[in-house]
Amino acid sequence: MKVLELNNIEKSFGDLTVLKDISLSVEKGQVISIIGPSGSGKTTLMRSAAFLETIDKGEIIYNGNKAAWMEKGKAVYQKNLKPFKSCFGFVFQQFNLFPHYSVIKNLTDAQMVVQKRSKEEAFSIAKELIEQLGLSGKENYRPSQLSGGQQQRVAIARALAVKPDILFFDEPTSALDPELTGEVLKVIRSLAEEHMTMVIVTHEMAFARDVSDHIIFMDEGFIVEEGSPDEVINNPKEERTKAFLGRFKR
Amino acid sequence: MTVQTMLLALSEGFVTTLAIFAVTIIGSMPLGIFVYFGKVSRIAPIRWIVEIYISIIRGTPLMLQLMVVYFGPNLIFGVSLPSNWRFIAVAIAFIINYAAYFAEIYRSGFEAIPKGQYEAAEVLGYTKVQRFMKIIIPQMIRNTLPSITNELITLVKDTSLASIIGTMEMFTRAKQIAVAPHTPGMWAFVAAAVFYYVFNYIVAIIMAKLEKKFQY
Repeated sequence: MKVLELNNIEKSFGDLTVLKDISLSVEKGQVISIIGPSGSGKTTLMRSAAFLETIDKGEIIYNGNKAAWMEKGKAVYQKNLKPFKSCFGFVFQQFNLFPHYSVIKNLTDAQMVVQKRSKEEAFSIAKELIEQLGLSGKENYRPSQLSGGQQQRVAIARALAVKPDILFFDEPTSALDPELTGEVLKVIRSLAEEHMTMVIVTHEMAFARDVSDHIIFMDEGFIVEEGSPDEVINNPKEERTKAFLGRFKR
Repeated sequence: MTVQTMLLALSEGFVTTLAIFAVTIIGSMPLGIFVYFGKVSRIAPIRWIVEIYISIIRGTPLMLQLMVVYFGPNLIFGVSLPSNWRFIAVAIAFIINYAAYFAEIYRSGFEAIPKGQYEAAEVLGYTKVQRFMKIIIPQMIRNTLPSITNELITLVKDTSLASIIGTMEMFTRAKQIAVAPHTPGMWAFVAAAVFYYVFNYIVAIIMAKLEKKFQY
């Protein structure tokens, strides 16, 4: 079953076209990594799927339901996107935790306010996630009292708390010190083992190769090459992919 | 006049001072939010009007604004004014004046909130109103508390400007006592100074507590 389908997405910022006819579909349980140089459009693609950017052309479909489609040569959106927003969780590079909320409130507030879950249910889901992500004892800490790695784990827990069908990661370790990236990657790896559906924009090539079922290499707004990790990372066909990956091997 | 009667007279004036202070806060702090919305409105004419308003208010003395509000309706339109007009005029002038400053303070507080906070609330599915009330406003308040403290301390002292249109607040009382014969004279000003100082000291303590509460 397809959790997400992006069909023929186009997106420009002014004169600059950043996404050119991009199509991508994500099956339930699949882990897809998007790699590519800065400015290749990979973050914009994921932000478009999460409705943080408005696409100019194309379709966005969650679980078979159209959130955006083409009408008279332009993409139009469903008026009420709220049901679609609970289909996904989004993990930001800069965590974006709510600084005035404790860890537990960061994990429960949206559940109660948006999903309308009872306090008991929201707290029990949050506590389970706190344990699962190794954050026990930090329930009442404010984000500023935590390390970057802990903050990102809280952000992952917050995204998971709404019980999304798919999780998006936008360079989840890029804002972290090298010694802290490991703990975040470990969490994502364990989610992959539990068959959480995920799309990950990352610069961690070794991680992408190990954890993904499918890898997409983007450059200048195009999907240049895609396939299994073995195909794309170990045996790239396209020159641009080779050149990009070559920089990591050095 | 004994010291005791002087202090009693000053206390009576202080009640009016306190009333000006309270009315200004209650009126201008919420009004400032609407002024801020006007300033960042998508509708250009609203933005222009608000910008002109803020510019005039900040560019002219509050004392002059008091005079315009107090005398204006009668001098310009020949309106006859109610007996309590003096206090109403003070309230209007102070609220309009302080709302402009608060609007600017709020703007700096909103602008300091990272874009990621809006985006995080957005992807979690908060409505615009929920996002504003639960995520943005608390952070805005925290960002602006030090500036608001400054503004409130200025306000305590600015209440004495109401004296220019004869409002019987504490400063007017102190002036009357000081210049009248057979009174403690200069000591009336000293006593008034102590009143203002203690009042501001209390304001500062309360605000420091609030800042601590909003700290994260």
